[in-house]
Amino acid sequence: METRVRKTGLTHKLLMFVLMIYLLIPLLATFLYAFAKEWQTTVLPERWTVGWFSEMFQDIRFLDALWTSLYLCSISVALSLVIMLPAVFIITVYLPKWESFMKGIVVLPYAVPGVVAAVGLIRAYSSGPIEIAGTAYILIGAYFIVILPYMYQGIHNSLLTVSAVELLGSAELLGATRIKAFVSVILPNIWPGVMTSTLLSFSVLFGEFVLTNMLVGGHIQTIQVYLYQRVGESGHLASAIAISYFIFILVLSMILMKLGKRMNRGIEG
Amino acid sequence: MKWRNRWIFLGLVPFVLMVVAFQFAPILSMITGSVRAEDGSGLTLSYYARVLQSAFYLKAIKNSLLISISSSIIGIIVGLICAYSITRFSPRIRNRLLMLSNMTSNFSGVPLAFSYIILLGNNGVFTLLFKQWGWNVFGDFNLYSWTGLILVYVYFQIPLALLLLYPSFYGIRDQWKEAASLLGANKWQFWTTIGIPVLTPAVFGTLGILFANAMGAYATAYALVGGNYNLLAVQIGSLVSGDVVNEPQLGNVLAVILALSTLLAVYLNHKMTQRSQMFNSNSASRQVRKRRTLRRPWATTVKEEL
Repeated sequence: METRVRKTGLTHKLLMFVLMIYLLIPLLATFLYAFAKEWQTTVLPERWTVGWFSEMFQDIRFLDALWTSLYLCSISVALSLVIMLPAVFIITVYLPKWESFMKGIVVLPYAVPGVVAAVGLIRAYSSGPIEIAGTAYILIGAYFIVILPYMYQGIHNSLLTVSAVELLGSAELLGATRIKAFVSVILPNIWPGVMTSTLLSFSVLFGEFVLTNMLVGGHIQTIQVYLYQRVGESGHLASAIAISYFIFILVLSMILMKLGKRMNRGIEG
Repeated sequence: MKWRNRWIFLGLVPFVLMVVAFQFAPILSMITGSVRAEDGSGLTLSYYARVLQSAFYLKAIKNSLLISISSSIIGIIVGLICAYSITRFSPRIRNRLLMLSNMTSNFSGVPLAFSYIILLGNNGVFTLLFKQWGWNVFGDFNLYSWTGLILVYVYFQIPLALLLLYPSFYGIRDQWKEAASLLGANKWQFWTTIGIPVLTPAVFGTLGILFANAMGAYATAYALVGGNYNLLAVQIGSLVSGDVVNEPQLGNVLAVILALSTLLAVYLNHKMTQRSQMFNSNSASRQVRKRRTLRRPWATTVKEEL
């Protein structure tokens, strides 16, 4: 194995090098552009500045959009947690027969692209008994469906890994009521896994553009909609926003990874 | 389940309500909207007929199909080569490479289109730089056209392809190679009789996901070309949100067509996943896989381009 790795190394190293360059160049360019004062006909920018970032943080519209994004994403994820935790628990523990049916439901948001979902949502809720088109409510509902696969998978997998059925059995044997067993035995055990899917869902929603723009684009500005509007105005400012957004997502995924590791250690140890 | 514990199923009620209200109701509404006559009486297929007779919308469907198929095929070829290449590295570097590639898949939609505009747009850094150096490689390259779109689509397809294909390459054990060579097979024979048949379901399954991903991609195209390029997803958006003439019925028809294509692609993936499970159907390897998915939850979740 060792010799083979060394023998074929150069071609593969070159290949991976090219791939990484290809994947990282757009990121790098945006990063440099955000710090460049002028960048026209040179390989690297001639003069640097952090002015775009300070301009960004002084922009009321940016702060508003950031706040709206955080606010909407948190509400949607919290709502999803409150609804999904008991539902997935009940299905996994008491209705294992329904699991394949659930898998079908959970894969639907993948198969129905955002633009299609938006068409249906607008038609269903712009008239009739529930008229919520253009409000935050319809967006939160749409967000709930977007993160459904991540939440279901995350909670379901954690329940399976901690052997929830057996745990519950032992807790009940020791005299705990069902609710007490769920809250004080199951919940603390699956918490790291639930946290992981929560953060993942949050980062997915933070990057959501289609549904937001089509459902409430005119009324509610999230960070993505704001970025879209800014692209035409100032390239440097827009790259500063894009980079800050990307770093935020990166930090989130770093936390995700740490949590994943810790959860794994918890199970092994 | 004893009868007195039936109340526990009340916990399912909010979940069912949300799924019905925001998943099934919109799909149903879209389908009925595409076949209901404007005055609200009776069924009609006239909107479908109008779409299928309109050169403009047929062109949009054709463009979307072409761009999705070509970007998926390029993505899968690059993904296959790179996934194989990655297995040749030591585990530490392998994880780093996968992490980097996964990281770039967060960079999608509006920010991605924007960074390509910085690089290769009309006043892009590379465009100006190459003009000054007198290079003519990008002479007639236009980011806001077919080639530009392909370039950007391929960018978000590759990390996804890599992420989905890598596990199946990993599944080809070194022991299999050793066993095959003990039985007298050379490298070529190993790949044609064992390697490729094992990989085929994964390749087609991944192709399905990539295709659905590209068909549904709206943000990137919208931010890059706006209404200037005739794509299915962009047309649906403008028909419904009323950028141009407001004709929601046609939007419903186009949305049904788009949904059918992506559903078909995801169904293909589903079938292929079932088939590839055939190769590691014994419970031991399934256990191993479960552990592995746990160890890297961030690497196994596929984030689609929205």
